[in-house]
Amino acid sequence: MKNYHQFDVVVVGAGGAGLMAAMYASKNASTAVLSKLYPTRSHTGAAQGGVGAALGNVEEDHWEWHAYDTVKGSDYLGDQDAIEFMCQEAIQAVFELEHMGLPFSRTPEGRIAQRPFGGHTNNITGKPVPRACYAADRTGHMILQTLYQQCIKNHVNFYDEFQVIDLLVVNGTAAGVVALELATGELHIFHAKATIFATGGHGRVWEITSNAYAYTGDGVAITIRRGLPAEDLEFFQFHPTGIYRMGILITEGVRGEGGVLINGKGERFMEDYAPTVKDLASRDVVSRAMYLEMREGRGINGKRYLYLDMRPEVVNKYAASDGRKRPDGTPYVVTGEELLSKLPDIVDFSRTYLGVDPVSQPIPVQPTAHYAMGGIPTNFYGEVIIDEENNIMPGLYAAGECACVSVHGANRLGTNSLLDLVVFGKHTGLRAAEFSKGASFPVLPADPAEFTHQQLDAILTAKGDEKILDIANEMKGVMFHDVGVFRTQEGMQAALEKVRELQERLHHVQVSDHGKIFNTELINLWELDNLLEVAELTTASALARTESRGGHAREDYPKRNDAEWLKHTLAWKIDGEIKLRYKSVKITKYQPKERVY
Amino acid sequence: MQVTLKIFRFNPEKDKKPHYETYKVDAEPTDRVLDLLEYIKGYYDGSLSFRRSCAHGMCGSDAMRINGVNHLACKVLVKDIRSNHITVEPILGLRPIKDLIVDMEPFMENYRAVMPYFVNDEPAPKKERLQSIEARERFDDTTKCILCACCTTSCPSFWVNEEYVGPAAIVTAHRFIFDSRDRAVAERLKLMAGQFGVYRCHTIYNCTTSCPREIQVTKAIGEVKRAVATGKID
Repeated sequence: MKNYHQFDVVVVGAGGAGLMAAMYASKNASTAVLSKLYPTRSHTGAAQGGVGAALGNVEEDHWEWHAYDTVKGSDYLGDQDAIEFMCQEAIQAVFELEHMGLPFSRTPEGRIAQRPFGGHTNNITGKPVPRACYAADRTGHMILQTLYQQCIKNHVNFYDEFQVIDLLVVNGTAAGVVALELATGELHIFHAKATIFATGGHGRVWEITSNAYAYTGDGVAITIRRGLPAEDLEFFQFHPTGIYRMGILITEGVRGEGGVLINGKGERFMEDYAPTVKDLASRDVVSRAMYLEMREGRGINGKRYLYLDMRPEVVNKYAASDGRKRPDGTPYVVTGEELLSKLPDIVDFSRTYLGVDPVSQPIPVQPTAHYAMGGIPTNFYGEVIIDEENNIMPGLYAAGECACVSVHGANRLGTNSLLDLVVFGKHTGLRAAEFSKGASFPVLPADPAEFTHQQLDAILTAKGDEKILDIANEMKGVMFHDVGVFRTQEGMQAALEKVRELQERLHHVQVSDHGKIFNTELINLWELDNLLEVAELTTASALARTESRGGHAREDYPKRNDAEWLKHTLAWKIDGEIKLRYKSVKITKYQPKERVY
Repeated sequence: MQVTLKIFRFNPEKDKKPHYETYKVDAEPTDRVLDLLEYIKGYYDGSLSFRRSCAHGMCGSDAMRINGVNHLACKVLVKDIRSNHITVEPILGLRPIKDLIVDMEPFMENYRAVMPYFVNDEPAPKKERLQSIEARERFDDTTKCILCACCTTSCPSFWVNEEYVGPAAIVTAHRFIFDSRDRAVAERLKLMAGQFGVYRCHTIYNCTTSCPREIQVTKAIGEVKRAVATGKID
């Protein structure tokens, strides 16, 4: 059969999670990686500040502290067994990356360098602890490059620029995927015993975002269309420091190195919201504080932005007033040169996009849509969960941002996304390969590409004068405004209606490209359909949750409500109807309490 | 302000040969060239094809020639161009497939040909391998490469012969040759000394000026040449 491929394990997506899974699966099983981009274009490469692990290279640290911080950061919605597993595995995972050649920055002793990051603390003093293992401010880039290089070394099969459109399911078992080869427009069937989704996030739903164009929620949308649930989509992270208007990420590492947020009155306002860790509180806390400052008219010149200030004299002034010390006990003092060597890309981005040199001028920033805590529900072997009883779909796996284990709960700590993808990427790859050894190939349906043809034909034959950019921009606007940092019943209800209107209007976009070779218009439309799918489920899940927790902050229900809402949302879309059910949170030893930074 | 974009167009399913189309768009001085391409695709011609992803210079998808020079379209702002006329063409030396999309395979093949991976088969310690700050600094610059191909496709030696591994592949080789932890230096230097290796470089410097990551590419190539010539890493 033409364009038919058979592998024990098929991995969809070639970011950190996909490559890690592929590397481990390929040790024991025939493995292919399908990616809509060249692997090194994946969004893991945009991660900057570090990967979290309690190495204790700079100061005393313990994985148990990391676990507690992660539970607290998650606003107690994270599953604690999975969090403990991740934080314990973190240490070995980081050493393993180093053994693969990852060029971490170094301490004077030659060990992996670590910097403080939001929400990571010494559990005894409550002060920030340097736990983020970093390679300057391009840690994600180095992880992505290193893993891709090791995959080349291990002869992993890559299918680059293959857009997966559909998941094949036969009698409740995953059987592979259908993919469109972008260069030819041909469909390919990948028949697999185990299928791993590592398709990344969906931040392009929102207007101001740090996310790549490729982040269109493909994995979640594909599984939703196949009748599977999505977990906790209402929890989406807004990173405090995106470049004003553009959303481009400025790492929390800037604040880790001593940078501070400043309002229009020239004040360091985080002291009022998080007296102990201040600018290094969790991202949800900082983003809300920024919104409140701007709402009170304390934006810069009264506008919707604030300053992130990393000028050495400012860093040193606040470090002195905080009593911050170097590991050797001397006062913490930085020079412009030092900041430049630790944060070269941030300096480059500021100069390129703002014309601002951050060593001599503050950076205008605003919160930016950044990370999906929710996604395809899995256990910590990456097996995909299909109901509130934790039953799984045989042969289907997910890892990385598209998955919800859930280790991030209602709010992810900085550095835990890179950690998530190396730890769970690895274990998912191992588990999938092991499963494939004991399994036979499921029998494929008579026409495996039927549903894919249906979807693509619908796009190619639609008539009307709607514009794809108009629909995308209207979605982004309403989602940023009404399903963003702060939410209300009224706003979300209006957003839900708008999203449904846009879903209808999407059927009236007429493509101008009917060719087969690199039909990017066709792909963009299909991706927008995915984004609208995710936007609708996100809003419906958020409307139902009548409390505030982590990244889901409701003005009409400002308190966390553990009695009713200490549970995960599962959202299905069956025959056009959204159904919500709930799944319990795994608590081991950390009982929910009030969250103060 | 209004700017005029003249864009290289080629649809192999329709056109016998490439041509240029001109579009007038309203632009902010702070718009990226990529933003303008997105706008043209969205409102003028949905079939306009180009690669892009991160839109801030980290993924390396959108390398193209902008007013004759290789750039990432997401790292060039309208105000940087100092002209209301912007010509956008595919990078040179790789086969144009459609509009601004070229065949990246020869480039990736050259990358794969230089052992682009860390080698050290000695038993790993329980923790990290130690490396001094200075030793880590030695190859810092070449770890920044994002494989966008701006350098390689601006190199006349590569245009003449695409079997020349090109600057990007040598940058990758440099990143490993000068890493104190790597144990395959001899093999790497042999590869670099080969017929399509480092001696095809004639120090034209196009690579250095076109690198969006500001890697000192020609300097790195020079260091690899010296290592090949002397057999010493310093």
